[in-house]
Amino acid sequence: MKEMGIRFILMVNKQGQTRLAQYYEWLTLEERRALEGEIVRKCLARNEQQCSFVEHRNYKIVYRRYASLFFLVGVENDENELAILEFIHLLVETMDRHFGNVCELDIMFHLEKAHFMLEEMVMNGSIVETSKANILSPIQLMEKAS
Amino acid sequence: MNPFSSGNRLRDMIRAIRACKTAAEERAVVRKECAAIRAAINENDQGYRHRNLAKLMFIHMLGYPTHFGQMECLKLIASAGFPEKRIGYLGLMLLLDERQEVLMLVTNSLKQDLNHSNQYIVGLALCALGNISSAEMARDLAPDVERLLQFRDPNIRKKAALCSIRIIKKVPDLVENFMYPAASLLKEKHHGVLVTGVQLCTGLCKVSSEALEYFRENCTEGLVKTLRDIANSPYSPEYDVAGITDPFLHIRLLMLLRLLGQGDADASDCMTDILAQVASRTESNKNAGNAILYECVQTIMSIEDNGGLRVLAINILGRFLSNRDNNIRYVGLNMLMKAIVVEAKAVQRHRATILECVKDSDASIQKRALELVYLLVNESNVKPFTKELIEYLEVSDQEFKGDITAKICSLVEKFSPEKIWYIDQMLKVLSEAGNFVKDEVWHALIVVISNASDLHGYTVRALYRAFQASTEQESLVRVAVWCIGEYGDMLVNNVGMLDIEEPITVTESDAVDAIEVAIKHHRSDLTTKAMALIALFKLSSRFPACSERIKDIIFQNKQSLLLELQQRSIEFNCILQKYHNIRSALLERMPILDETTLRGRKDGSLPTAVSTSTIIPCDLPNGVAEPAAAPIGDLLDLSLDDVPPPISSCGDILQDLLAIDLSPASALSGTSHPPKAGTDVLLDLLSIGTLVPAETSPSALDISSSGQDNKAPLANSNGLASLPLLIADSPASSAGMMDLLDAFDPITQKLEENGPAYPSIVAYESRSLRMTFNFSKQPGNPRTTFILATFTNLSPNVYNDFLFQAAVPKFLQLHLDPASSSTLPASGDGSITQNLKVNNTQHGKKSLAMRIRIAYKTNNDDILEEGKINNFPRDL
Repeated sequence: MKEMGIRFILMVNKQGQTRLAQYYEWLTLEERRALEGEIVRKCLARNEQQCSFVEHRNYKIVYRRYASLFFLVGVENDENELAILEFIHLLVETMDRHFGNVCELDIMFHLEKAHFMLEEMVMNGSIVETSKANILSPIQLMEKAS
Repeated sequence: MNPFSSGNRLRDMIRAIRACKTAAEERAVVRKECAAIRAAINENDQGYRHRNLAKLMFIHMLGYPTHFGQMECLKLIASAGFPEKRIGYLGLMLLLDERQEVLMLVTNSLKQDLNHSNQYIVGLALCALGNISSAEMARDLAPDVERLLQFRDPNIRKKAALCSIRIIKKVPDLVENFMYPAASLLKEKHHGVLVTGVQLCTGLCKVSSEALEYFRENCTEGLVKTLRDIANSPYSPEYDVAGITDPFLHIRLLMLLRLLGQGDADASDCMTDILAQVASRTESNKNAGNAILYECVQTIMSIEDNGGLRVLAINILGRFLSNRDNNIRYVGLNMLMKAIVVEAKAVQRHRATILECVKDSDASIQKRALELVYLLVNESNVKPFTKELIEYLEVSDQEFKGDITAKICSLVEKFSPEKIWYIDQMLKVLSEAGNFVKDEVWHALIVVISNASDLHGYTVRALYRAFQASTEQESLVRVAVWCIGEYGDMLVNNVGMLDIEEPITVTESDAVDAIEVAIKHHRSDLTTKAMALIALFKLSSRFPACSERIKDIIFQNKQSLLLELQQRSIEFNCILQKYHNIRSALLERMPILDETTLRGRKDGSLPTAVSTSTIIPCDLPNGVAEPAAAPIGDLLDLSLDDVPPPISSCGDILQDLLAIDLSPASALSGTSHPPKAGTDVLLDLLSIGTLVPAETSPSALDISSSGQDNKAPLANSNGLASLPLLIADSPASSAGMMDLLDAFDPITQKLEENGPAYPSIVAYESRSLRMTFNFSKQPGNPRTTFILATFTNLSPNVYNDFLFQAAVPKFLQLHLDPASSSTLPASGDGSITQNLKVNNTQHGKKSLAMRIRIAYKTNNDDILEEGKINNFPRDL
């Protein structure tokens, strides 16, 4: 059965350690580790001039580096790659608005919040919401309530 | 304590893990934490549950197994408080998947939460359902989700929409339920709901064509209007990205419009205005704008034809291709691949740019460009393209060489305008990257070489030169060795020089040296050495002077540990020492390998799973008709064992051939596929010999000659005589093989048992010679005629060195068997008989015609008689 759009979202640092992983298709633990290792190696090996799209097996990876963190999104072959680049940027901006000058450590120590944000944005491989206000409102409500 | 922050313990754990210097330390820390968590679970500790789950998630992300935490998730989901539910659902989505049975236990909780009064909890449940529901859960909970599609809060509606997508994917029967609510979602104002609604409709259209029809009729105008509104809307800070309002929505709408417009002219008409507007007014200096343009061009290319729009699209493509940003160029190449279907000429204009991209340093761009090149090549531009590609081959990276080589080979094979060009290009490729070349490719090369009879000399000399230059590439060595073996005499005597060649002097012993190098080289593998052995064997007959030396070399392999080499060496030695008389007949020139049968087999019969045309993800009709480099079946396939079906695709030719000669053998060969697969190329080459009495050369004007002439490619005792070798090697052929003495019997037998009889004619008569033809045909095979030619000497002198030659027009194929003798006794005291086989491709429309030439010596004079035969029976 063909999945929609996004297959997984990964945030990996320059040493190859995974900081956040959200999969929209089922893979066993070994498969995940193998996949992450392979992809990360490919993307980290590329330099600045090369384009942000890598073809891997039967899907594509769209990636971009922000400071010390690589954002990798695995998508179906017929997805619009430039739109996914925009999406990555939107994700970063959303997290930035919430955490204030977000950095890798913020994501690490508040992993569940990062996941909440991601859940508000993407469901089952499709983009749900693109307005930062709408995304962050439930999360801000939760924080206020506590 | 703030239940939302996971507390210091999580932080501490993370710090501890980060502080580990080695993997073993990390494992120790994780193990300790897991133990603590397991203990807490066992004690049913309420307070720290969420914290423990957060830790579990982190550990899971690192890649350690965490299944003991699954029940914890369930308990958390079932508790009343929002924070617990929140983290429980998160854990559920991360740690479980739809295949686990534990998931069924959650169904009840989900149902309750979907009907909860707190809308955030409803949202949570929808999220979880949307991400990991299984088919049964989907079916159970579908009605609830449907109801929620009309909930008052837009946030819930949008989540319900995406959840529905998953449901209909899992349970396609429910499509009808969701069609109408989905259509109403399209009229919303809230962007989130719109985006998800559009995605839901896209999903529905992909799953069911009924839904597609419904949306096409009812919603197209609405969608167009929505797109127009968004494109023209004023600045809205919430959704603005780089000056464009909500590019994501733009793109999704364009995608849906594409689905609706494909194949339907009315819908396409609706959209043309807005597409033109978007295409021309969107700014392209920012990524967001380019993304929209990309989607727009894709849509334009997919919907029904509208000339003006297409021009716009191609212009945008051109701009993308010359952009300096690599991302944009990649996307441009992608678009071109889709555009080539509809606008091939326009794409040709960008040829130069595409060639540039092939040489780019970026691997992704290279791959795309190479695929595109493959689609672009046709007969007129194949030469410059190939030249560029080969030049690039020399400087490309190792990992890329394989791809490029495969592409070049298939291009060259498909579009080569003339044989000499084909051979040249293949030689270059082999010298550069022979190790990447597949077996079928160099098999095909050998077939082509053998067919290009006037180029034999040129080819063997070029190969010799390349071989001297380097012996690195295995395939080159193999082809060179084969050619030197076959055409060694041409090499040494500089036969058939073309104007463009420079003369080289190669002595016989140089040629033998070359092959000896191939045998002794440590990198040669079994196939190469085997081929080299037989090449030497052939040379021993062509260069009698070196035969001692050759015998020594062959002898050295008698004790080789490789069975194949040992066997060959022993057999050849045997022939060299004891059977001199048959050696020269055995080693005559190979017959021309049949190109058309190869091609026919390649096209028709082989399963498409074997196709090597790698990529083209979009389902374009591939620009080239034949499958790229599909295994043409190596020369093996021309041999006995392929009597079954594949033959039928190539017409009667091969069928007749096999039917005559190998009826005893074919039954056996059909049963057991000989074990030669792949490794034993040379044996395959030889085994073609068995077919030979029946094989015809498809060249236009056939001048077949019989007689012991070394130069002409010949099809006779070469084949039959190779049978004894096959006896040893191939179990399938053992019983059926006739030995040399019986060689001619099967043919004559066959002739006798044939179908309708035709009157025999006196084909040619002169004062000194008479030639009569007896005709027969096989029942059920009207196109092929077997002719028994009888020559009678009408003069009182005996004729020696009798040679009969015949030529037929293009629509006929002629095959001559060797004559019974070359001496014609005087005054009709005896006669020479010779068998001919003619295949009439225009059977029924044209009748046979033939020109003949007879040469003989009598009384120390050379006589040549020529004539034309027109009196063939009408319906032959």
